[in-house]
Amino acid sequence: MGKEFLTIYWREMIRFVRFKAQLFVALIQPALWLLLFGVAMASNFAGDAVVFPTIPGIVDVDYLTFMAAGVMAMTALFTCLFGGMGLLFDKNWGIMKEMLASPMRPHHIQIGVGLGGVTKSLIQVGLIMCFGLALGVGFFPGFSVAEVLIAVLGIFAFVTVFSAGFIFLSSGIAMRLEGMESVQAVMTFLTMPLMFTSNALYSTSAFPQWLQVISSVNPLTYFVDGIRYFALGGDFTALGSHYEYTGGDIVASFAYLMVFAGLTFAFAWRSFRNARIT
Amino acid sequence: MAGKIIEVENLSHSFGDFKAVDNITFSVEEGEIFSFLGPNGAGKSTTINVLTTQLACQSGSAKVCGLDVCKDSHQVKKCIGIVFQDEVLDRDLTVRETLEFHGRIYSMPREQRLARQKELIALVELEEKVDERTKNLSGGMKRRLEIARGLMTRPRVLFLDEPTIGLDPQTRLRIWDYIKGINEEGTTIFLTTHYMDEADRLSDRVEIIDHGRIIVSGTSESLKNTLGEDMMYLETADDARAAAAAKRIPEVSQVKQMSGGLELILSSDGAKVMPKVLRSIEQDGIGIVSVKMKKPSLDDVFVHYTGRELRDGQTEDGNKHNSMKHRPRGH
Repeated sequence: MGKEFLTIYWREMIRFVRFKAQLFVALIQPALWLLLFGVAMASNFAGDAVVFPTIPGIVDVDYLTFMAAGVMAMTALFTCLFGGMGLLFDKNWGIMKEMLASPMRPHHIQIGVGLGGVTKSLIQVGLIMCFGLALGVGFFPGFSVAEVLIAVLGIFAFVTVFSAGFIFLSSGIAMRLEGMESVQAVMTFLTMPLMFTSNALYSTSAFPQWLQVISSVNPLTYFVDGIRYFALGGDFTALGSHYEYTGGDIVASFAYLMVFAGLTFAFAWRSFRNARIT
Repeated sequence: MAGKIIEVENLSHSFGDFKAVDNITFSVEEGEIFSFLGPNGAGKSTTINVLTTQLACQSGSAKVCGLDVCKDSHQVKKCIGIVFQDEVLDRDLTVRETLEFHGRIYSMPREQRLARQKELIALVELEEKVDERTKNLSGGMKRRLEIARGLMTRPRVLFLDEPTIGLDPQTRLRIWDYIKGINEEGTTIFLTTHYMDEADRLSDRVEIIDHGRIIVSGTSESLKNTLGEDMMYLETADDARAAAAAKRIPEVSQVKQMSGGLELILSSDGAKVMPKVLRSIEQDGIGIVSVKMKKPSLDDVFVHYTGRELRDGQTEDGNKHNSMKHRPRGH
């Protein structure tokens, strides 16, 4: 394999920094979730109306902190699901023809776009995390500097594998579909259920059985678990639920996301292999 | 000449039931400017797409640079440059980045990339626009950039699919100059066009294609010569009888009855033959509505061999054409 994928990556990143307005919007949306939804819900729970039981000696996490992990995960999800759309623009109004007519193997496009999606996710999740911390999100309770560093690396590892899974999924879809409208429809159709059947914004422990089943195959759930484990530790309560993660749970979550990324990689590979436009 | 750089034998290509290219055979010599001339939908783009490996082969064989486009598509891609019919540019990259990107995906070494960029930007006179994003360029500048990009890898053949479509007359003239210049440096040019004047001005050799078949081929001169010294177009009250009357004149070498009147091919100076023809028709008592005489052009060649004017305004080759995809090229 040559290095042409780095050229695709180079172009992805040029476009990322060149579209300042788009970058701004991509960041403002999760920031608004945190600022409006997070703060509003948190203040709802903060009053006397709802009193969640806590367990003495175990960290209790406020709502804003709880959902911050979810918002970080959703940021990566949106970035990557819509990341594949760029390919559709290239097909209809851009340089896909040039790329496919070149001797470069089409998989370089897949890898380059994939790397681009992961990089964008890491940058955006990092920024949202900093924004959250400034808002008062109680991440890393009582962590030493070394522990915080390890936690951040752990979170980034999860962001990387999760983002890879979704950027390959959206690239594969974009390469197979024709019009802009259909891809937009597919993406919108995917985001809602992914978001609301996950543990991003609330606990899934009170879900009815069927919803729990869906939640337990949703990659977003495993991603959020990973972030919470690294940001809050393996034992905390939030909204009256007791969360306990062992190291083994987290390795299993990571493995699940790896398998997901592997499958979407294979799906994208097949989509790119037969790519042709005339 | 250095031999054949493109060899096509019995090539056919269909989209569903529609035969876009129907059993064509032709070849292109290295170093020449070769034009594929025909109306929209004649099969020009389909042929170019097969030759540039963008469409899978269906039947027949095609070789470019001595390589089979079906089996050796990867090697063929390295030997050719392409300027697409539609605009294929990243609107948010600069002129320099556009060329840099192209050089990189063709795995050109850095030194060579930079040298070629400089050289080509000078060739197409875009020095002042190197750091401009392509969306801010005029239609002609975009075309020049695309031509420069097609030349980045020093291809042996440059495919130009309708290179001046939608451009204004002055810009077309400049593009033609660039194409001629590039050809003089040794690059073979394969051009498709539906502009007769373009094929006439540029090409060493022309093949006229219609409904997926090659109708006639040769140099533009020889094609025009087949239509004799001069041509006459006549509209009369009774074309069939007028044709018989015209045939009596020995200098009228061919008479063809067409939907809009008669086409006469004259073997000697029309100024002297025309009065004889008109007299002969009037002697038979047939009213003459209009008469026109001209030197044969490629237009006439096309009309002569197909019996009709160039069709226009139809979609190309029956390909699915998304209306959104079509970006007009303004100046």
